Parts: sequence; C-alpha cells; structure tokens
Amino acid sequence: MNRLLTATLALWMLLLGLPAAAVIETYEFSEPALEKRYRELSQELRCPKCQNQNIADSNAPISQDLRRLLHQQLEAGASDQEILEFMVARYGEFVRYRPAFNAATAVLWLAPVLLLLAGAAGLLLLLRGRKPSPATLDSDEQARLANLLQSAEKDA
Amino acid sequence: MAPRLKLFLPLILFAVLAAFLFRGLSLDPTALPSALIDRPLPDFQLTALADDRPLTRDDVIGEPALFNVWATWCISCRVEHPYLQQLADSGVPIYGINYKDEDGAARRWLRDLGNPYRANIVDREGTLGVDLGVYGAPETYLVDAAGVIRYRHVGVIDERVWRDTLEPLWREILALETSP
Repeated sequence: MNRLLTATLALWMLLLGLPAAAVIETYEFSEPALEKRYRELSQELRCPKCQNQNIADSNAPISQDLRRLLHQQLEAGASDQEILEFMVARYGEFVRYRPAFNAATAVLWLAPVLLLLAGAAGLLLLLRGRKPSPATLDSDEQARLANLLQSAEKDA
Repeated sequence: MAPRLKLFLPLILFAVLAAFLFRGLSLDPTALPSALIDRPLPDFQLTALADDRPLTRDDVIGEPALFNVWATWCISCRVEHPYLQQLADSGVPIYGINYKDEDGAARRWLRDLGNPYRANIVDREGTLGVDLGVYGAPETYLVDAAGVIRYRHVGVIDERVWRDTLEPLWREILALETSP
C-alpha cells in the first residue's frame, strides 16, 4: 500500500515537472564549445518583443525563433561576429545588449562618462565656492554697521 | 548676481526634468526603428495560401504595395482587418504575410471575414518574418515599385494611422512612380 502511494506520488511529481521543462527547448550540439557560445550569445542578444529580457530568458515566439536560428548558424560554422551581424541587419543595434560603437550609439556609450565628469566638475565648483570669506570689515562697512545698529536701537 | 542665480537652480532643474518627463509621456518605448528602411524586401521562397503554389519576391513586387504581417492568433489583426478591407476596396494593393499560423485557420479567417489581400505568403516558420525584422503581429511594411521598404508600422492600422503617416508616404511614392 505504502509502496503504491510512493509510486503514485513520484509519478505525480514527474508529471508536474514536465510543463516547466517544456517552456524552453533544449538543443543538441555537436561540440561542447558550440554550446558554450550558444549560451553566451543567447545572453548577449536581446528579445525585440520583450525588451528587458535576453533571448535565453524570454519565452516570446520571436525569441524561440532567434534561438533556433542561433543554433542553426552555430552548427553551420558561423563566427560570433557573423551571427551578430545577421541579427543586427534585421533588428538593428537594439538587439545587442552591448551595441557596437557608432554615430547612433555614441550617446549611449559616452553618456555615463560625460555625466560622471559633469558631476565631478559640479562638485568641484561647489567645494570651491565654500571657501570662507574674510570676516573683517573695512572702515566704510564699520561705519554702516554702526549706523544700522543705532537705527535699530532707535526703532526698539 | 551669482547667489541670486543659485536660488533658481532647483527651479531650472525641475523645469528640465519636467520637460523630459513630459516628452516621455508621448513616446512609445516598445516602438523600434526598423533596420530595413530603404533596404530591399528580402528574398524568399515560400508558398501562396490560396493554392500552395510557390511564391517568390519577384511575384509580389512591381508596384507600390502594403505588406501586412498577420495571423489568426493575433487579436489586433482581427481589429485592423475591416480597415484593411476598406483600404483594399479603395485600390491599395495589400499582400499578406501569414506569420507562424495554420493554413486551415488562416483560410477560414479569410473566408469568414473577407480577403483584402492580393495574395498571402505563407510564412509558417517565421523565416521571412526574421528577415524582415518582425517581432510581433500586426506589422505593415510600405514597399515601393522597386521592391524597397520605405516604412514600417508596428501595430494596428486604423484610419488615423493611415491618414497621418501612411497615406502621405503612399501618395509621395505614387507621385514618384507616375512622374519619372
């Protein structure tokens, strides 16, 4: 009886596990090196539909298509550069998480450095402006101060 | 003067930030520029939905036309379908790219809802879709007589989209074709 229960439970768990395995397909590679490159490239390539995921994590149909293409091209002996060029020709630099440096992506690459420099410059200016000013008054200012104090006493 | 100016610094910062945020309200972050604008329509060797006969790029270019990526699983495609029919009736040639769909379902759709398409290219595996840089349906490409992609619209085509963006381009292309 107990054994039957265990067996049923085990079967249950096995069946429950199936949908999870079916979410993302697996590919067979002829060489382990290809599989490594597949993993790297599928993490570098961005899903055009669900924009904050790479194609390795995304279950969108377009990501499935791109993974299939990636597998085909790796097995056909394409270099990483060729594969990235293929993807960029169709989906633009957007499809790479690390886009190539060109006129369109220059702002993207340079903005962090420029903002850091601007922040440093701002901080420098702010600190310079804090220099304590001399606390002594010249004779004109002394006279004005005396005047002000006098008139303040009168008002009070 | 300088300390006075400093007082306005928060206001200026706020104004700049507000300007950026306001701009952001009307931007669509999911809209991607197509990498294929001003590039030729990709080559393909697929079949026609109507009769399963082979269909290639040469069969569908030669005059300015719209290429509409659709599928029966795509809800928005059903929304835009009546307007496509209206466009087709007014004389705009539309070719369909039946994207990752089942032939039976697609034929039933055209029978039940009407067929605005000159012909339908069956792209069951989405290979033409990938070559076009399609990332969802519906998408519509404006292709000129030389087979060059001039514009891509992602999403539903309705009267406003046609009037404001597609029609001016369409007229421009037609004018170029007729006055060489």
